[in-house]
Amino acid sequence: MTLMQPVALDTPLLAVRGLTKRYGPRIGCADISFDLWPGEVLGIVGESGSGKSTLLSCLAGHLRPDEGEVIFATEDGPRDVLQMAEAERRRLARSDWAFVHQNPRDGLRMGVTAGGNVGERLMAVGARHYGDIRARATDWLGRVEIAVERIDDRPSAFSGGMQQRLQIARNLVTGPRLVFMDEPTGGLDVSVQARLLDLLRGLVREMGLSAIIVTHDLAVVRLLADRLMVMKSGRVVEQGLTDQVLDDPQHAYTQLLVSSVLQV
Amino acid sequence: MIRVSNLSKNFTLHNQGGTVLPVMRGADLTVMPGECVGLIGASGAGKSTLMRMIWGNYLAASGSIMVGDLDVVQAEPRQIIALRRATLGYVSQFLRVVPRVPTLDVVAEPLLVLGTPQDQARARAADLLSRLNIPERLWSLSPTTFSGGEQQRVNIARGFAHPYPALLLDEPTASLDAANRAVVLSLIQEAKARGAAILGIFHDEAARAQVCDRFVDVGSFTPKPQGAAA
Repeated sequence: MTLMQPVALDTPLLAVRGLTKRYGPRIGCADISFDLWPGEVLGIVGESGSGKSTLLSCLAGHLRPDEGEVIFATEDGPRDVLQMAEAERRRLARSDWAFVHQNPRDGLRMGVTAGGNVGERLMAVGARHYGDIRARATDWLGRVEIAVERIDDRPSAFSGGMQQRLQIARNLVTGPRLVFMDEPTGGLDVSVQARLLDLLRGLVREMGLSAIIVTHDLAVVRLLADRLMVMKSGRVVEQGLTDQVLDDPQHAYTQLLVSSVLQV
Repeated sequence: MIRVSNLSKNFTLHNQGGTVLPVMRGADLTVMPGECVGLIGASGAGKSTLMRMIWGNYLAASGSIMVGDLDVVQAEPRQIIALRRATLGYVSQFLRVVPRVPTLDVVAEPLLVLGTPQDQARARAADLLSRLNIPERLWSLSPTTFSGGEQQRVNIARGFAHPYPALLLDEPTASLDAANRAVVLSLIQEAKARGAAILGIFHDEAARAQVCDRFVDVGSFTPKPQGAAA
């Protein structure tokens, strides 16, 4: 689907099978299966406590699921991420994956300058030449619309929207193939949200990224996601094309969710 | 290019006691390349419903919808996404865009996702916006603040940016003045001339007489009242 990266379109980038996570007797998420294809944006929606963040954490390797497979199309072919050694998984997470947290403070180093936040990720994948690192950091600050003269400022001096854009620059500078996003526009003013949505859409298209976005905001997924999964009580109750799920929801819960949105 | 066979549709209202509303039975229609077919029928007969099922945002209960060689009823989401990128265009009655994106880019976007170089895509967008009489000073603004008629014209420009082999048009001439209506009708004629298969809903009778080659009455697909249907 993308013209940027010659990837095999007949193989999913990520294939998830029977993923289950329990918290003692309670279910975090249960029996989740889906494929994510190259260049595709998958939205996961559901109310608080529906298990969508647990699922995202299991996929991204932040939580260890109890059962299931997470098969990623690595350069050397499909591999179950859950069977990898810790060091190998960390390497994959640095080079091929990115994770955008809802709270930028969780994804940034607040004591390091904006340029340092971006450059650090480049160094983690082997960049050593200071001039190159600085040049790429500057380029990325521009792409996320942060003025270049702020490069030596710390993120603590930035607004919430700027911090979120910086977190995105830090995550995308290494050219990942898969981005996990947890409520990326949550906690931002609507005008700032729109700007971020525009930015994310452009980056997804230009870089041919695949992304999994967890949110409770149906307007956000309508504009960003190709496909939608609706979760309730830890299980997927409905999935399909985004506009099909929103315009012609089949499950009782999805119908309730869609009809509960306030019209502006 | 578009072939709908024995299509049916129900709505199940889970939050209203699980009421099942049968809204369409045995719908059949064909649209050949270079042809414009008009959907007619009373308000509520299911014209937009049928169009949305072809677009893929409404699910069918049974039957088939072939667009090119893809059956939309059976297709995987990613096949429908690919179909919408290259083959099937849709001008709906509503413009849905990311706020803040300039009008020129909103119109150019269908070309950009197909990999058209940016200058070429923007030139095509500019050409369409000029033809549809959207003043150039508005091109750098988001269409979210435009009037209804302007938004409608931006939506049409976007729908005609890429030469889709199949096009769905839901009231493309509604809320347009005579001059702009004439522009839209000539865009439709040009699309037919290059071989596009077009399915349209036009309340405007003069417009539909001018561009449609045939009509399909959706009322004939409306299920019989309670108990009559199997």
